[in-house]
Amino acid sequence: MPDSFSTPVFVVGDNIDTDQIIPAEYLTLVPTIASEYEKLGTYAMIGLPEDKYPVRFMAPGATKTKYRLIIGGRNFGCGSSREHAPIALGACGVKAVIADSYARIFFRNCVATGELYPYETPEPLAGVVKTGDEATLDFEKDTLTVGGRTIQLRPLGEVRPVIDAGGLFNYARKSGMIPAAS
Amino acid sequence: MTLTEKILARASGKSHVQPGDNVWVQTDVLLTHDVCGPGTIGVFKREFGEHARVWDREKIVVIPDHYIFTADSLSNRNVDILRDFVREQGIPYFYDVIDDPNGSWKFDASKGQLKRQYGSRYAGVCHTALPEKGHTRPGEVLFGTDSHTCMAGAFALFATGIGNTDAGFIFGTGKLLIKVPATMRFYFEGALGRGVMAKDVILHVIGEIGFDGATYRAMQYEGPGASALNMDDRMTITNMAIEAGGKNGIFPADQTTFDYVDARIRANGTKSDYTPVDLDRDQKFIHDQVIDLSQLEPTVAMHPNPGNRAPAKTLGHIGLDRAYIGSCTGGKTSDFLAFAEIVRGRKLKLDTFGVPATPQVVDDLHKLQMGGESVWSILESAGVQLTENASCAACLGGPGDTFGRLNTPMKCISATNRNFPGRMGNKQSEVFLASPYTVAASALTGKITDPREFL
Repeated sequence: MPDSFSTPVFVVGDNIDTDQIIPAEYLTLVPTIASEYEKLGTYAMIGLPEDKYPVRFMAPGATKTKYRLIIGGRNFGCGSSREHAPIALGACGVKAVIADSYARIFFRNCVATGELYPYETPEPLAGVVKTGDEATLDFEKDTLTVGGRTIQLRPLGEVRPVIDAGGLFNYARKSGMIPAAS
Repeated sequence: MTLTEKILARASGKSHVQPGDNVWVQTDVLLTHDVCGPGTIGVFKREFGEHARVWDREKIVVIPDHYIFTADSLSNRNVDILRDFVREQGIPYFYDVIDDPNGSWKFDASKGQLKRQYGSRYAGVCHTALPEKGHTRPGEVLFGTDSHTCMAGAFALFATGIGNTDAGFIFGTGKLLIKVPATMRFYFEGALGRGVMAKDVILHVIGEIGFDGATYRAMQYEGPGASALNMDDRMTITNMAIEAGGKNGIFPADQTTFDYVDARIRANGTKSDYTPVDLDRDQKFIHDQVIDLSQLEPTVAMHPNPGNRAPAKTLGHIGLDRAYIGSCTGGKTSDFLAFAEIVRGRKLKLDTFGVPATPQVVDDLHKLQMGGESVWSILESAGVQLTENASCAACLGGPGDTFGRLNTPMKCISATNRNFPGRMGNKQSEVFLASPYTVAASALTGKITDPREFL
């Protein structure tokens, strides 16, 4: 993982549930099948209503998003326990989400899969930053720089090395909790 | 310790745990279904090897229930992936859609949606089927690849939803590292008034604490008002812990619990020994609230989240296009009986869809009578489009041909559990969550209606 990266951000409101991240009709795709993993990415955030989100997260026909960082509000990832949600975001190239708070299962699924970093911000950003703004996330310092300001994010603590390792299994093997792959 | 702490202490081999402790717990039951099962199997094989064996084949329960009665080929394939894995591993508790263990599932759309298209072992919606088939035992630890796994907490066990990766880890090891949640207690006094149901209780509780008011927490229900509730009611309440962000919901075990559990274990021949946990005197709660059930009124959670609560009687200005009764939360026999009580001898104004949670509910509705007529016939005569194909159906939208799915922008009142944008299909549609009574009354008038007008 690089120490930092810059990207335009995609900004959403409170209570973005997993049906908005990846609607139920696409759960027929099995994430461990490579072609279906990629397909899940193409549908990322397609459940956001068009009237509230006229700028779409995925360009038509694209497999990768140009917004590699999502800025959310309270309770990001609430609702269904579908792991397809962090996977769809990871598959289309999202590296991190920065939100006021997370729903428990989504947060855990981000860590278990190692798909993306679920940062919390002590200062709500949804009203400060808008979709398309260029931002830099520094993984070394846990800071977000946007519009000439630098915001200190809450460090990820114990979950950080799990995501760095690429998820629960890689971490468990690396740390000797389960035997190395045969 | 609280009920949740006592169960997690025992399951992790410790004498004592407290909120915030990270503990490795031993799994008693792992539940999976057609939407998350194939991915879990994929994780298990990728990580433990193509020829790996699950940690305990008797402790895995596989219940296809989400996308069953659809012509979508990937959905049909996913049921076949479950069957292949179950056969390979020798897992006994697989409630297949078809009877042939070597067959493949293909929904026949030409036969229509209403008539039964499943074999003798099919069990319907996993959370309702799990207790029905004798898999919920007080004091145990249950994980499931579905957020409404928390419903099983009605039977005094620790039950919570997890993702595929965690479930794949359990497939291989039987263990999971979890954080002990702090407990919020809701102490019920009094009895529910006429026209008020368990659904109104949980919509009230979520409204009180907010849609994320129980994030990372256990929700424990106690008191004389709690012990007076039957198992269906308790299940409705624990089912929606997740709608307040909760990790689990739990009731203490009592005679009502034991009678239900023991009868289902006997009928199904499942594991019969279990050790419940009792209520301690020295429980510590992060939140402790008394709720007088007699003061509650028919309640609605308005679009777009389950915490957006208002009394039904104040929402008469909201016109509706559709009504829906079904799901783990609202598709039990008692839910349909309540619905029938309101609509019996009347004609529905709204386009109304009914999806029983399990084949057992279908059989109950055919057998049970009100005034000499079967409940099934009462519902059909009133105008409910009622299917025998028990499943999750339109509660979560699903593929485009799913029975009852909201395929165009509309307003729907529903006995289900979630109303985030697009949950039941169309992104511009609006879903209002309510009790079966309130859904029935609203289906009669075409607008949100307090059911006490019809009782």
